[in-house]
Amino acid sequence: MTAGLMTQGTARIGVETKMYFRAPDTLFFTFLFPFVMLAIFSAAFSTSGEVGPPGSEISIAALYLPAMVSSGIFLSGVQNLAVDIALEKSNGTLKRLGGTPLSPIAYFAGKIGQVFATGTLQAGLLILAGWLVLGIELPTEPEKWLTFAWVFVLGLTTCALLGIALSALPRSGKSAAAVVIPIGLILQFISGVYLQWNMLPDWLQNIASIFPLKWIAQGMRAVFLPEGWEALEQNESWNLPGVAVALLVWLVVGLVLSRLTFRWIRRDA
Amino acid sequence: MQSPPTGTAVRIRGLRKVYGGVVAVDGIDLDIRRGETFALLGPNGAGKSTTVEILEGYRSRTAGEVDVLGVDPAHGGRDWKARLGIVLQTGGETGLLTVREVLKHFARLYPDPRDVDDVIAAVGLEAKANMRVSKLSGGQQRRVDVALGIVGRPELLFLDEPTTGFDPEARRQFWGLIRSLKAEGTTIVLTTHYLDEAAQLADRAGVIAGGRLVDVGGIHEIGGAEARVPVVRWNDAEGRPHEVRTHEPGRVVASMVGALGGEPRALEVIRPTLEDVYLGLVRSAGADPDAAAADTNEEAVA
Repeated sequence: MTAGLMTQGTARIGVETKMYFRAPDTLFFTFLFPFVMLAIFSAAFSTSGEVGPPGSEISIAALYLPAMVSSGIFLSGVQNLAVDIALEKSNGTLKRLGGTPLSPIAYFAGKIGQVFATGTLQAGLLILAGWLVLGIELPTEPEKWLTFAWVFVLGLTTCALLGIALSALPRSGKSAAAVVIPIGLILQFISGVYLQWNMLPDWLQNIASIFPLKWIAQGMRAVFLPEGWEALEQNESWNLPGVAVALLVWLVVGLVLSRLTFRWIRRDA
Repeated sequence: MQSPPTGTAVRIRGLRKVYGGVVAVDGIDLDIRRGETFALLGPNGAGKSTTVEILEGYRSRTAGEVDVLGVDPAHGGRDWKARLGIVLQTGGETGLLTVREVLKHFARLYPDPRDVDDVIAAVGLEAKANMRVSKLSGGQQRRVDVALGIVGRPELLFLDEPTTGFDPEARRQFWGLIRSLKAEGTTIVLTTHYLDEAAQLADRAGVIAGGRLVDVGGIHEIGGAEARVPVVRWNDAEGRPHEVRTHEPGRVVASMVGALGGEPRALEVIRPTLEDVYLGLVRSAGADPDAAAADTNEEAVA
């Protein structure tokens, strides 16, 4: 008998999280990036005063908080894992692990566990910083926080699985960041993360709606933006059922793709 | 349960591997007994690494039968992998963890691991145990690779060029470690370009050239008796080199001294080393002289 899945899985989560916080580049480009962007957006547009539909005006910082929480979910899942696993594939880590009794399930449990440990800390600190430093008013209704919980968990799981699937794309570890980061940047620009959603033309909104990030950002806006803002969404509604369906579909896509593409090593025919 | 070191650890029959029309392994038959240390020698590109990777379960085969610890590696599951130790030619990147952290982690993947501190001591890294792997020298990182290969208490240990980058003292220390693993009953499959290392450690050796096993036998018998006949070498008065192969080098030298009435110049009596025998075997196999032999001689001597 080999060591149990639970033992292996918890061991993996431990080292994965340790390595995450010891790698200066992931720490900056994945963990701290949303904080930096929130600070920049809040400072850059601080003179434009409050924005939003009459009667529901909020500060720019408050507008960008849900966007940066969404950005964090995307970076922690997709960008982090796609680059990380592509590197592990090319530097021999996966080959070495594949020669041990480590179960692939435990390996992925480690990756997803790391994403949850770091993503939760990141979102928690972002919200805390928004509240304490930028003076953003947080929702008080329990149902808003319930929405936050399921959008966060579903969004992060989906992003983690898509990151695993996307790690098959770069041809080498060196090109991993160059392949993955631009995909992330484009999605963040068209999904209402860096640019205010209702300023984007319909056709761009429709393209963004194909991808999961738009739905995560919409779910987070539903949590953090005050009543009245839903008028600026597509069909003038938060459409939370739509958020759930879109994310579930992408979750299944991510699961199937990562199952199909993952190999400890490139096995030849 | 560790089975006693009797019987066969590795059994290969008619192994073939073809990559896109190129034959890398062309019909190998080989048995490796439990408890023995077997050296697999051969030039780069001769099919050695392909063969070992098929045994380790990393590669599929085109044809033939392979049995490793009673299991077909193509279908080896986690219980099977738990009985193997694999030290690859290039280790993975574990630089962000300390020596002890990475060993503790790998130990948790196995059902019956060795004590982590014992393993650290065995590879001589006690003083570096709390240093990050990325801060170690190349030879020290290689020792971490070896430590990771043995921490699971393997029945069968694959070592691929294990001592590359070791200083002479570290290599001697490593040889001691391998001998103690062997004394515990571990079967060891070693591939190396250091022929003195193979001569020191292995019970038997096989030489692969051009995808075929050109010879296999005891480490002191491989290549045949003829290849081990001593050579007497000297220069004549004009400085021209002479060479005689003889079973009686002493008699040859004595008669030469008598005939010359003095000391022969640059006199040497050479007993062919494993390296000489090996180079002879690879040259006479000559199946693939363009690719294999040329660049390998350098590596073997290096």
